[in-house]
Amino acid sequence: MDSGLQYFLQFGAALVLAPLVPGIINRVKAKFGGRHGKPLLQLYFDLAKLFAKGEVISTTATWIFSAGPVISLTTVVMALALLPLGGVPSPFAFRGDFILCAYLLGMGRFATVLAAMDTGSPFEGMGASREALFGALAEPVLFLCFLSLISTATSMGMKADFSLSMLFNGFALDAWLHGRPELVLLTFVMGILLLVENCRIPVDDPTTHLELTMIHEVMVLDHSGPNLAFILYASAVKLWVFCSLFAGLLVPVLPVWAQTVLTFGVIFAAAVIIGVIESTMARLRMHIVPALIGLSGSVAAFVLILTLVR
Amino acid sequence: MELFLLALLVMAAGALVSAAIALFPVTAARNKVADILGPVTAVAACLLGLAGIFSGEWAATEYRVMPWGLPFGAFALALDSLTRLFLLPVFVLGGTCALSGGISLRQSDPTEHNLGAHWLFFLILLLGMTLVMSARDAVLFMLSWELMSLSPFFLIDFNDRDRSVQDASWVYLVAAHLGAMALIAFFALLWQESGSTLFSEMALARHGHVTALFMLALLGFGAKAGLVPLHVWLPEAHPAAPSHVSALLSGAMLNAGVYGIIRSFDFFGNPQTFPLWWGWIVTAVGIATAVTGILKALGQTNLKRLLAYSSVENMGVILLGLGAGLIGAGRGEAWMTALGFSGCLFHMLNHSAFKGLLFLCAGEVLHSTGTVNMSQLGGLQRRMPFLGTLFALGAASIACMPPFNGFMGEFVLSLSLIGGLSLPGMEEKIGVLVCMTGLMLVSGLSAAVYIKSYSMTFLGEARSQCSVEPHTTSPVFQLPLLIPAAACVIGGLGAQWAFGMVEQAMTCIPTLPDSLKTVSIAADENAGALLGKTALFCTGGLVLLVSFTVLRRLLLLRQGIRRGPTWGCGYQYGSARMQYSPASFVEPAARLFASVMGTTMRRHEDAAYFPGHDSLSVKAPDVVQTKFYTPVFEWMRRLCNSLKIIQNGAVNIYVLYILITLVVLLVWGMA
Repeated sequence: MDSGLQYFLQFGAALVLAPLVPGIINRVKAKFGGRHGKPLLQLYFDLAKLFAKGEVISTTATWIFSAGPVISLTTVVMALALLPLGGVPSPFAFRGDFILCAYLLGMGRFATVLAAMDTGSPFEGMGASREALFGALAEPVLFLCFLSLISTATSMGMKADFSLSMLFNGFALDAWLHGRPELVLLTFVMGILLLVENCRIPVDDPTTHLELTMIHEVMVLDHSGPNLAFILYASAVKLWVFCSLFAGLLVPVLPVWAQTVLTFGVIFAAAVIIGVIESTMARLRMHIVPALIGLSGSVAAFVLILTLVR
Repeated sequence: MELFLLALLVMAAGALVSAAIALFPVTAARNKVADILGPVTAVAACLLGLAGIFSGEWAATEYRVMPWGLPFGAFALALDSLTRLFLLPVFVLGGTCALSGGISLRQSDPTEHNLGAHWLFFLILLLGMTLVMSARDAVLFMLSWELMSLSPFFLIDFNDRDRSVQDASWVYLVAAHLGAMALIAFFALLWQESGSTLFSEMALARHGHVTALFMLALLGFGAKAGLVPLHVWLPEAHPAAPSHVSALLSGAMLNAGVYGIIRSFDFFGNPQTFPLWWGWIVTAVGIATAVTGILKALGQTNLKRLLAYSSVENMGVILLGLGAGLIGAGRGEAWMTALGFSGCLFHMLNHSAFKGLLFLCAGEVLHSTGTVNMSQLGGLQRRMPFLGTLFALGAASIACMPPFNGFMGEFVLSLSLIGGLSLPGMEEKIGVLVCMTGLMLVSGLSAAVYIKSYSMTFLGEARSQCSVEPHTTSPVFQLPLLIPAAACVIGGLGAQWAFGMVEQAMTCIPTLPDSLKTVSIAADENAGALLGKTALFCTGGLVLLVSFTVLRRLLLLRQGIRRGPTWGCGYQYGSARMQYSPASFVEPAARLFASVMGTTMRRHEDAAYFPGHDSLSVKAPDVVQTKFYTPVFEWMRRLCNSLKIIQNGAVNIYVLYILITLVVLLVWGMA
């Protein structure tokens, strides 16, 4: 099969399966809590229901409010299109596309935060303020991860054009097996970034009842109908993006079908791990979160220095 | 070249006519004439200038020496690709600001200001900037540098009845002249060693004190560009000046500092022979400036002051690119050199576009609400949708959001720094990586800064009466703002084309050896192709965006949109004052970066059993100014005061001084 076609099949599968990831997390949490819990496909039902509804928009809001979810969904789908999704390089890959990927996610955040500010609600301002800061802090950490991989590749004598499709496509595990054990620490860093960027416990609690303690959920309070569906779907895809970055570090180079299956498996396993973390940990206090990001940043910097020493 | 010279003549002629108008007492009729004549000549001159720089081959060098009456120096002008590139923002922004300024001054009180004088100095500023970028003689350069540095004093001092405006213009004047002092020393040293004031002769001579020369250039030109710790004049001068002037100062005049640093490389020989630490100094100053600038911007409540600090940040980023280029040249790394230098130039162009746009938008906000204090604004997007959308575009561009031009510049710079991973030394790699991480932090924070400035000014509910009922003007008056807005979009989606101009200017930066030159050009072409791919991918994204929007519209056909109040989380008595304010929005960041942001909070509460009067004040003074400059200048004032013993006003004592001097001279002459 032609590799472009293979990629688009995987891309389609990712888009279809993305709402499953929050479903798995919720199931795991329900099992831990001894509850019966929501069905696995709850997000699909929610999306279908929301798509059929109308919208209620605040009288304060302008077009920025309506554009926010659409922009954030677009950017997240674009970011997904730059990733290798299991053995096949993205047809859009080019040198330095990881910069574009990171900034696309930043653009999505920018649009969501502005949409939240557009309602004039103090609660949404609260979430927006936190999201803007944590996003700014997480960005350098993500780049430290990218740089560690690039630095490893450079020191192993690879002169290829560094793109996401090269760095997150079995390269890391390969390098690890060839005497680069420091790269295993990157999975820890990427794990924390996954939690920070997707507003999961211990950074943010998506299911709490108190708006004062939220980040992401409080920003989207005023959205309804198709726009809320876009937001829910975009955050599911964003979760998939980060999970597949995570999987890109752990999955070795295999025949395409095996690598695809393994990648998807790792993504669902990551969902289970997130569920376990969410069930066993409490949310951190807001002013501890920068320390958590700082911790992951220091680990990433440590990895980077180790890769340089060789 | 002829068209370019004609542009200079038009500026000079316009300035003379404006001066003639300015000499007579102010009347409404004269002001009206001045306010038509000034902008029209400025726009005409800028159009001629644009025609001039685009008429020849972009890479070709045209050189012209003309006689002038002075016994030294020469009226030597040249247009090469570097000059053309730096003149581009001068002319585009110059014309835009003249248009926009002319329109906004028409609506002011017709006899309050002497508009003839205003346009005189505006044209002189334009003339000065044009000459600075094209002069090829030290004397001419310094004269035009002074024209460029002095005229803003009078432009900033427009609302001269306001005490804070007076102070700001003084701060500007002092800073401009401290910088000029270093430059005079710089050119005097060069002149002494080469025996000529022509740049071409100076470049040929071998100089002994290159390090001293480099430091003088960095100091003198750095003061103009607003590098930390020489940045303190920017946040004073920009808010005080009328907005079309701040836009021009920030978008074009600051570039003169960068231009000067780059041009001065010509005098130091081959960049491969530069000591490597020069590159590191430039890089370190750049990243320090960028981080300080953005953190200070985050703490500001005044929109124009915020924009001024953000200019400081952008100048830092530009310098970071320059430093990366120097390091790469020293190590023979073509990719890093080419992308560093061209990233620096590209970001300079981009900064001119979005900063010009944002300052002009801020001017419109000031004009219609009477304030740029963000804690009193809000809700303007609904009341002035056209202006708000333009500001949103500028904010997204400057916050490096794809697909706009800010991202494209940052992309090139990041690629250059990542290229630094192939540097030989471990320390060098780490240095480059620290810069890269710093750059990412800066861009993340700049997103926060522009979320804050846009949302506090334009989104939510009005925080005070002045933005509830803004004195809105017709969007027709805001049409000139479309020019920089278009530049932001072209620099993004047409990045490959815009980068082509930069690419050619890059080759004429320093005298790169031919071996590195061809590789550098190849690297730049490669980067240009990457920009093209990025832009194409983003265009695809725009198509996706449109289709999602259409999808949403289709889904909404059945049930439609209803309007209701903002969800107050069950609380019924929400008011506009409960919204997040500029200070509360950055409170989490202010906690984290307190030492740089210098944010201080003071809370007064009535300590009683029942809540009474309560107040909170948040300030973010510039630490460099309060802790360094104020004490230094205070100390100098005291020193000068103590010299008053000599100058006490008694004539007989002065006669005694003359006598003593005579005696000393006689003794010296006989000995």
